[in-house]
Amino acid sequence: MGTHIYKINPEFRDIMPKEIIDLEENATWSDTTDKRGIKELPETKELLEEHSLCAGCPEAAALRYVLAALPKPEDTVIVNSTGCTSLMFPHIALHTVHSLFGNQNAVATGIKRVLDWRFPDIEKDVVVLAGDGATVDIGLDYTLQSFFRQENITTICFDNEVYANTGGQESGATPKGQVFKMAPTGKKFEKVKMWELAVTSGCHYSMNMTASAPKAVAKAVREAIFVARYLGPTFLNIYTPCILEIGLNANEGLREMKEQDKERFAAFKFVSPEAEELLAKLKEEGRL
Amino acid sequence: MANQGPAYYSPYPTAVYEGIITPPEGKALLLTKVVDEETAMREVARVMLTSENATIFPGPQVLYGYNEEAKKKAKLIKEMSEVLNAKMIPMYDYRPKYPKIDAEVEINPNHPNLTIWHNNIKAAIFIGVHCHYANVALKIVRCETDCYTIAMCGLSGHEDAMATLRDMHSHELEKFIKIAREVKSELKL
Repeated sequence: MGTHIYKINPEFRDIMPKEIIDLEENATWSDTTDKRGIKELPETKELLEEHSLCAGCPEAAALRYVLAALPKPEDTVIVNSTGCTSLMFPHIALHTVHSLFGNQNAVATGIKRVLDWRFPDIEKDVVVLAGDGATVDIGLDYTLQSFFRQENITTICFDNEVYANTGGQESGATPKGQVFKMAPTGKKFEKVKMWELAVTSGCHYSMNMTASAPKAVAKAVREAIFVARYLGPTFLNIYTPCILEIGLNANEGLREMKEQDKERFAAFKFVSPEAEELLAKLKEEGRL
Repeated sequence: MANQGPAYYSPYPTAVYEGIITPPEGKALLLTKVVDEETAMREVARVMLTSENATIFPGPQVLYGYNEEAKKKAKLIKEMSEVLNAKMIPMYDYRPKYPKIDAEVEINPNHPNLTIWHNNIKAAIFIGVHCHYANVALKIVRCETDCYTIAMCGLSGHEDAMATLRDMHSHELEKFIKIAREVKSELKL
């Protein structure tokens, strides 16, 4: 699908709001640039309009990096699950599907398969974007089953280590001993290392990281999407702390992420040999 | 506060529960009556020309030039707005907008009454809006406002509109514009 179908009819240009005109004139799409990326953020129209998350929320920043890194946004469908990210999805100029909580990988599977059947000649990317409660806790079964089935979808987990949106319950990704408002005695078990489970379950590309370095996030998103498109499931676990739930101020999210770069979210990267070969080829072709 | 619908399911007493259904092919719906298309076109033109703040709400099917028919319709809708002296407010996005919409410049199917209240619109044409969102918007407008709604639909129409003109493609739009010009001169406007 080309972006030409989004061209506003000239008769209506004068009545369309500025943000829609901007999307046509200043946003980057796969047919307006060879390689999208975060370097364009200051100069181009972002696919995320103003959002309603808390001031200084690292999740909002991470989503901006993800959207800026999508290789083919006009042919991408994002599937999300209930959580703080749900508040941002109405502001995204992409196809997004809000699934039932935890079902996101099952829903994405169906969408991807139908898209491949309906548009065999067009590369369509399906990206799952959900929190740790939906990915590692309630939706763990669906997440892993999609990896087992080798679905061509990219799963991105915004891991804030808590059910933040509902007041602070512990999730599978909460570290041992962590106390929250709704988990007053502290978590009794270890944090689930989802990035390792992803490898065991058949992902071709798996990473654990924080959103402290925009370039690194964008690179990982781009690579993961290409690997999912041509080989099989990929997984990114990105630490986006809930500053409210862990008692930080609006300007302290970045510091928290940088500190965790060396601890629970120390860089982990797995790339299967086939994926490595593919990425090297894409780099040679200038697509990465 | 809206009444409970007859089925206690929809918060609004929708038209279909009052026995109103969409018109058959070649016909149109005026309030509760099925009438000839030309009769309905004359009445629609009269209402638009004589109502306060008459407005056209073009939807995505005509706002974007995704095929030749959409491009042709856009030209005709612009012409129609000039003939009817109507303002145009786009329904460009179906997603609910947070924290709130700018009711001055846009209409959203999830809370269309806000735009109608804000601009004190007494008659409105919905055109190029996808069926399911037109259904939602028209039900809300029907119940929450005193706006005379007109659905210009490419398919079988909408019973929740006060007037429904079905199968409105570019040829039928041209016909409507011609009739609207006649009505305008009859009314000496």
